Amino acid sequence: MDKGWKGKLLRVDLTAGTCKTEALNEAWAKAYVGGRGLASKYLVEEISPEVEPMSPENKLIMATGPLTGTYGAANGRYMVVTKSPLTGTIASSNSGGYFPSELKYAGFDMIIFEGKSAHPVYLQIHNGKAELIGALHLWGKSTNETEDAILGEFHGDAKVACIGPAGEIGVHYACIVNDKHRAAGRSGVGMVMGSKNLKAVAVRGTGGVKVANPKAYRDAALEAYGMLKENPVTGEGLGALGTPVLVNVMNQSGGLPTRNAQSGTFEGAEAISGEALASSYLKRNKSCLGCIISCGRVTKLVDNKYAGAGEGPEYETLWALGAACGISDLAAITKANYICNEAGMDTITAGSTIGCAMELFEKGLISEEEIGMPLNFGDADAMVKLIEMTGKGEGFGKKIALGSYRLAESYGVPELSMSVKKLEFPAYDARAVQGMGLEYATSNRGACHVRGYLISPEILGLPEKLDPAETDGKAGWLKTFQDFTAVVDSAGVCLFTTFGIGVPQFTKFCNAATGTSMSDAELLEAGDRIYNLERVFNLKAGIDPSQDKLPKRMLEEPLPDGPFKGEVSKLPAMLPDYYEVRGWGSDGIPTGAKLQSLGLA
Amino acid sequence: MQKLIRIEPAKCVGCKTCELACSFKNVGEFVPSRSRIYNEVFLDEAKFITVTCMQCDDPWCEKACPKNAITKDMSSGVVTVDDVKCVGCRTCVSACPFGMIKYVDSTGKADKCNLCGGDTPECVAFCPTQCLTLGEEDTPLRQKVLRFVNTMKDGQMEV
Repeated sequence: MDKGWKGKLLRVDLTAGTCKTEALNEAWAKAYVGGRGLASKYLVEEISPEVEPMSPENKLIMATGPLTGTYGAANGRYMVVTKSPLTGTIASSNSGGYFPSELKYAGFDMIIFEGKSAHPVYLQIHNGKAELIGALHLWGKSTNETEDAILGEFHGDAKVACIGPAGEIGVHYACIVNDKHRAAGRSGVGMVMGSKNLKAVAVRGTGGVKVANPKAYRDAALEAYGMLKENPVTGEGLGALGTPVLVNVMNQSGGLPTRNAQSGTFEGAEAISGEALASSYLKRNKSCLGCIISCGRVTKLVDNKYAGAGEGPEYETLWALGAACGISDLAAITKANYICNEAGMDTITAGSTIGCAMELFEKGLISEEEIGMPLNFGDADAMVKLIEMTGKGEGFGKKIALGSYRLAESYGVPELSMSVKKLEFPAYDARAVQGMGLEYATSNRGACHVRGYLISPEILGLPEKLDPAETDGKAGWLKTFQDFTAVVDSAGVCLFTTFGIGVPQFTKFCNAATGTSMSDAELLEAGDRIYNLERVFNLKAGIDPSQDKLPKRMLEEPLPDGPFKGEVSKLPAMLPDYYEVRGWGSDGIPTGAKLQSLGLA
Repeated sequence: MQKLIRIEPAKCVGCKTCELACSFKNVGEFVPSRSRIYNEVFLDEAKFITVTCMQCDDPWCEKACPKNAITKDMSSGVVTVDDVKCVGCRTCVSACPFGMIKYVDSTGKADKCNLCGGDTPECVAFCPTQCLTLGEEDTPLRQKVLRFVNTMKDGQMEV
């Protein structure tokens, strides 16, 4: 088993301080592809769904896919899978850069961390050899400082994934940052890493990734690259403007949730758009390994009261720290983005939580004394200050560190948290884009956009244009998108490639890489299997189907502006369809027959 | 005329596809450490620099080789290592001032870019931004001169 997959996993027992190599379970690898799917299978087999996320009994898995480290589309991704401290659901957060591929070159498909170290450590991997190193000298350091220090003391060519102070002090949405600017962002995977006293993973690998059928693999790559080049989103839009291209698009569509989703358009959108970023702080665009899309935004703040340099802001960040807080100061948003990256926390939940706090403040539910300053919508200085306090665990920042659900709940108004299953939804209003609302309600990690990105058909018209106001048929589209996304996340490829390439291309890649002979339908079925595996874990973890819902605002407060003025989410009309197309009972629970057909019973 | 890989760093996005393509073609697996072209990413400065053998007119490696295993083909311009003659003494590795020839443990031979032996070099074929091109004429140089000339032109007053 050395084609596509390396056939090896590294098991790190942090309690005992040991590292052991194991053969990868071949049957599971075939059934669950790799990455998100395979790591979820290991997690489900090895922990109880009822485990306390911050306890040593929870495990943290870093997993590449069979295509990670190769060329072909944008094949440099990995997933971090664990039980989320923010949501209590299964968490799987994706990141690119160079770290994921280096793990393959060092000889491993995945790393399973278990237990808890008695003191801060980091993991060094050098070509198949792994060792835990004391990290007391790195504890408290930013993600930038941590990476620089490790490169200096271990190997200048190593690739590093680490947590910042946010992961150490228990920010509920701490992320894991690799290659300084890429993040496994959502669900608080960095908080779990911090709870294990694991500061970083540093990898140096000079090995390679073989494929079963090189000729077929090369042909598949030429086809995929051609399609990605010709596609307007992957061939042009994302490279030139990055994900921020969406700010103006979503604002014009009336689906840019503004001031904690009190409206769907933002009068300051133009100032925080991709176009504005491109003409101000953008230095150039950048790719992850093997990617021809190059959506990364390398930016620098100059001659401004906010100084700094780094990557981003991405679209979701511009929205979260911008429109969600009523802020149109691009420099402040960019600065807050840098602070989030350096402290190691998810910009989406961070911004959305501050937006929520602003509404609580304006409604008189939180006092100025408690925050230490006024916190009105639009106050950029207060937002930057609060982000800083959150990353350091100071003052009112400690409350922001809990995420919007726990914050709003503590003031008796959980309905003012714009979240599902305690994960904040990102930059698309469920009242303006009906399918996206269904995605938020049913995504296995809470209100997430990257499990079934129906914005692609509903707004961008890819692979075909759907009416965002329509509810009929959205359930079927969403199931296909969710299943396909599970495959993409598991293969080790960037989701953005799916604007340009589809299931047939992935089937060709997976078969040529691993030597399997799956059909398109079988590959999609693997996605369905992964989706159901996650769903069953969540159900056993106590996240029952009554949680497949949206905030009251989405269901009962009509949009006050934009092209969809007067609309609410029609989730209740779509959810029964969704359960049906999923082959679940009308109670939202996968039927025995369904699980049996997927080999899950 | 000799064809060379022309490199324009300003077009590079740091994707390392050149390293992946080179190693996949020449080694048979995706192994950047065995690539004959190097895409270095400077995260802090946001600069991406790609280098490979420039097939010197008067190659240090050729002169240094005690076994005459390295030759420059005068028609194609390519500097090639003859694996049969190479004894793996690494003299060429220390001679090349650019580090563009290396010793490979698994083969025991010196290894360098040979422009894929007459095919379109795989790195050029797969480079997504045309940062890498193959040509007899140094087109990127001409374009640079023209950019400079146009700047001068725009600054000229009428006399």
